[in-house]
Amino acid sequence: MKFWYTARKKYSIHFVLVFLFIFCTFANPNFLSVNNMTNISTQLAVTTILAFGATMLIISGMLDLSAGSVLALSGVFAVSVYKSTGSMILAILAGILTGVVCNVINAVMISTFKTPPFIATLAMMAVARGVALYFTQGQNILQLGDFVKIGQGTLGIIPIPVIFLIAFGILTWYLLNHTRFGRSLYAVGGNEEAAVASGINVHKIKYTAFIINGIFVGIAGVLFMARVNAGLPNGAINYEFTALTASIVGGTSFSGGIGTAGGTLVGAFIVGFLDNIMNLNGVNSYLQQIIRGGIIALAVIYDIRTKGRRTKQILGNSEKKNEQKQTN
Amino acid sequence: MDASIKLRVSNIEKSFPGVKALNKIDFSVKKGTVHVLCGENGAGKSTLMKIINGVYQPDSGQILIDEKPVKINNPMQARKLGISMIFQELNFVKELSVEENLFLGRLPVKKIGGSVDWKKVRRETEALLAAEQLPYSPTTQLKDLSVSDIQMLEIIKAVSNKSDIIIMDEPTSAITLKEVERLFAKIKELKARGVSIIYISHKMDEIFRIADDITIFRDGTVVDSRPKDQLDMETLINLMVGRKLTNTYPKETVAIGDDLLVVDAYNQPGVFHDVSFHVKQGEIVGFAGLMGAGRTEVMRALVGLDPLLSGRMSIKGKETSINNVRDSIEQGMVMLSEDRRRYGIIPVRSVMENTTLSSLHKVFNRFRRHKKEERRLVSDAFQHMKVKSPSLDTVIASLSGGNQQKVLLAKSMLRDPDVLILDEPTRGIDVGAKFEIYKLVTDMAKEGKGIIMVSSELPELIGMCDRIYVMAKGTIMGELTKERFSQELIMKYATGTIANDRGNTD
Repeated sequence: MKFWYTARKKYSIHFVLVFLFIFCTFANPNFLSVNNMTNISTQLAVTTILAFGATMLIISGMLDLSAGSVLALSGVFAVSVYKSTGSMILAILAGILTGVVCNVINAVMISTFKTPPFIATLAMMAVARGVALYFTQGQNILQLGDFVKIGQGTLGIIPIPVIFLIAFGILTWYLLNHTRFGRSLYAVGGNEEAAVASGINVHKIKYTAFIINGIFVGIAGVLFMARVNAGLPNGAINYEFTALTASIVGGTSFSGGIGTAGGTLVGAFIVGFLDNIMNLNGVNSYLQQIIRGGIIALAVIYDIRTKGRRTKQILGNSEKKNEQKQTN
Repeated sequence: MDASIKLRVSNIEKSFPGVKALNKIDFSVKKGTVHVLCGENGAGKSTLMKIINGVYQPDSGQILIDEKPVKINNPMQARKLGISMIFQELNFVKELSVEENLFLGRLPVKKIGGSVDWKKVRRETEALLAAEQLPYSPTTQLKDLSVSDIQMLEIIKAVSNKSDIIIMDEPTSAITLKEVERLFAKIKELKARGVSIIYISHKMDEIFRIADDITIFRDGTVVDSRPKDQLDMETLINLMVGRKLTNTYPKETVAIGDDLLVVDAYNQPGVFHDVSFHVKQGEIVGFAGLMGAGRTEVMRALVGLDPLLSGRMSIKGKETSINNVRDSIEQGMVMLSEDRRRYGIIPVRSVMENTTLSSLHKVFNRFRRHKKEERRLVSDAFQHMKVKSPSLDTVIASLSGGNQQKVLLAKSMLRDPDVLILDEPTRGIDVGAKFEIYKLVTDMAKEGKGIIMVSSELPELIGMCDRIYVMAKGTIMGELTKERFSQELIMKYATGTIANDRGNTD
């Protein structure tokens, strides 16, 4: 009884994913096909890597609305570097560098000039998209040659983007659980003033968080362009929202201080499965948007409600425990 | 039937998942009296008040007003029944004006058009302010008023609601002595008008000044309920904690060593000036003064939370400068803030993470976290500090104030500082926890640490300190050694009745 109670509390979101998976399997025979699974996971790789970056920022009390635009800019730069040098390594580095530069600018705006993250990254969203379009003159870059391998190739039976997804998932988990940076991130998001008073270098934490986000966004840009086999300056529009949705559905709290890598992964797959099953069953695409919005609303309501209950639950326990100790 | 009883609570029970918060509570408040509720944190006072105010519903039992049973489903209904509650944290919107705040939630509306009748609001606010002789205008913004001004407003709001039962939850925890007097005068006046007041407090002197009746809570039950004259302070404390606290201040004589911290001519224009003092090994040094005397500000500058304009300091004989909290911690100086919620806890994180936050180097190496080491460090510290927490993973916000404070003390101790600065370390904490904190502080002094204790509670300073500096108007006015300790003398320095005797006048 108690076991189930804790299990339900802690893993409720995992149950949702399992139920959804079973539901999808019955709702459409093609869902479980190798082809479809490969498809979902390669698609999800890009948004989930974005979501990992987003999760770290939200935990620290910030957010990044520029992710989709910066992704496009990084991808476009990476593609052009590849076309002019033929080097995959240089292309990836160009993508990462672009992501990092944009995000350092975000960090300067937010941490040094104290602009609210929403506004600062909104500005970056417009600027990065503008630069991408200006640089390409609005033209898609085609014929990428071997560049597509990183997005469409496989290692054994595993698509290469999925390997990236796993690697970045582990990296995020590691950063959040096993580094001083991760611990400080939770503290900064949970109560910034207390973090300062505890001797945490909040500036450094914020800059680091954005730089890491920049690396994630840059790589996502490379994977995205390789998968679609084109440099699309107008690609990945609204991807930042998909990433935010995944993060929130996965239990990251918008008030800061709470969130996990595992939760975000589960959140991303819930969103991905839903999108996929709606596409497979030919749900009207306008309707899909409505459903997606509804899910965000539900996830946030759920987050707020369980948090309230959780606090009361713990409070109850602690009082009980105190009582016991006092009677001893 | 007793016509003198205004509010009666009968057989109230309330459980939360896994715990019985209130067990068969009975007590009654007479008309025109002050009824003080006391008890340790978590004893059930606040739960009961929330039931009376309609925030919670009791599982069983009755509430009677004028001996008639009533049902209170929400705070709005409570207000209609004449019950108002003044919370510890004040319920006002800082950006709005006095009149807007007073009428928030009940703005009068014009019959035609349905727009707000601002003229009526202004008229009534002016009348209320005039009746209470408050000097500010209806359009003053709340952020320009002091805490006690705002508290007065809360009371006025309650009065203007025609409340005849007013619940005050630790109303003096954030106001100065002078303002306390003002509050007490007001309470007297309300009593005379026949208003019944339920007053929650931890402060003994206050309780005995103001109470007509006292009810003591412990572990969700009423331990005793008596008129004030049938109780004395010692009995009251024993009833509250349920055990005898033999000595209120467990002060021990410690050998005083060399200078640990020497501060010379600290200045921050407009905030404090010419502040010089020293702390020796094993010494507990008090900082007394009224609110706004600059004590907290000096300490904040000392540990690098606020910038400093000029001044020198040395730690253990070495001259040094501190630019931020990291420097301070590295030099062996740690501060526990007066504002636990703002500068202390990370509310949503676990007690363990909160404890190790200043000592991450002990928990993380280059590559990973020492999970077991962290748990061991924290559980050792908790055992030493007697922290009561269901587990190490419990969210800190769910602990009582006293336990939160002990967690923060554990956090400071984990850093093993040479100098520990405690700013109001026992504010808002129950008697039992206070005693334990005093004991921990004494132990630290025995280990040869230097301790600075900033406090507004003079008995606490006199009971615990070896030396006391008194601050007023941004500078140190006097330095008292143990044989000169007295509340009167400290107050004289603090209020400027005696001139500065340290020769650093401006």
